[in-house]
Amino acid sequence: MDPSWNREDLKVTCQDPCNLVRKGLGDSVADDLRFVIKQVVGEENFVDMWPNKSNNYCCCCCCGGGYLQSGFVEKRRAFGRIKFDQIQATGADIVVTPCHNCRSQIEDLCQVYGGGYRTTHLWSLIVKAMTRKSK
Amino acid sequence: MSQPIVIEKHKSRFKELARAAIPGGGNLDLCLTCSSCVNGCPASGISDMDPRKFLRMVLLGLDEEVVQTPWIWWCSMCQRCKRACPMGVDIGALVFMARQQWSRENTPKGIQKSCDLHLEFGNSTGIHREDWVSLCAELVEETRQQEEDWKDLPAPMDKKGAAYYLNQNAKEPTVEPEEMIPLWKILHEVGIDWTYSSERWDAVNYCMFSGDDRDWETVVRRQAEIVNDLGCKTLINTE
Ligand code: SF4
Ligand code: SF4
Repeated sequence: MDPSWNREDLKVTCQDPCNLVRKGLGDSVADDLRFVIKQVVGEENFVDMWPNKSNNYCCCCCCGGGYLQSGFVEKRRAFGRIKFDQIQATGADIVVTPCHNCRSQIEDLCQVYGGGYRTTHLWSLIVKAMTRKSK
Repeated sequence: MSQPIVIEKHKSRFKELARAAIPGGGNLDLCLTCSSCVNGCPASGISDMDPRKFLRMVLLGLDEEVVQTPWIWWCSMCQRCKRACPMGVDIGALVFMARQQWSRENTPKGIQKSCDLHLEFGNSTGIHREDWVSLCAELVEETRQQEEDWKDLPAPMDKKGAAYYLNQNAKEPTVEPEEMIPLWKILHEVGIDWTYSSERWDAVNYCMFSGDDRDWETVVRRQAEIVNDLGCKTLINTE
């Protein structure tokens, strides 16, 4: 992994997926996630939300909410307000989101509440830093 | 001498149902009304409802209100309340049970539709088999042609005996198909022998959200059969 692609020192935070962390494998998997992100964007460019890991706030959906499908747009945005404030407080430029649904929600919150961040899948970020053995 | 007034015991059918269904009983009667759950819940206050209130309704036997409040679709069952609760009360599980009481017709349409599409087409956005197969083939072919470094990139489909089976959230091929390519690149670079399947390849399961255990199980079993038929040892769930 070579983080030098991140020339502008973009600050990166991550959404801990409730199903995997709080309801699943616990803080150790959240630590693994942070280890990978730090390798990819540079140790000093990772900024954590507070609270985080098993205590993180749900963003809306994949743990069982189904908000993005259910069509309650206004309620979904009210639910996500606390998540938006949490992200803004980190000052991050990029939020790593664990699945397509979190990504849609966090992106939508940014537009609706006027945030300054973008979202990405982890795999898209990894590819940027990946140095190839064979090349 | 007058007889003491006998108060007929209030029937709390929902509470008894929940106690029997939740592993360990859900600690429902142990609530201290401390409000930790309320303060830690993103759905608190939406439509004047919160997790403690919902639990009180269950404990007081207000069964009708419990199974009618639409708030159960606004709690995401994230279990943050359970984590904060000193008594380990599982409110998310109660909400799931309340969702189960809603008929298919009344379940929010978007959720039910995604589940129905999954049962019918094998994925939640209703992509036809040929479209999925040709989409992956086209994407990988384009990448091979346009990127010199990746001219040997594979995107295997129904490869018997592959070590890993990969599924994919159907939203990705539906709205941002190019986002699958970085994933293929990583798997290739680290030398993983993997495959998609041409059918039942979706990583999500909206039947879990609708609260229908049978549909939920059907979706999981169908994908498991595919993985077994292909002889893959490990399933990578991308969702
Ligand atoms: S945190 Fe637990 S004990 Fe406190 S009010 Fe909520 S359910 Fe009751
Ligand atoms: S499970 Fe529901 S009630 Fe509990 S914190 Fe999450 S959204 Fe709130």
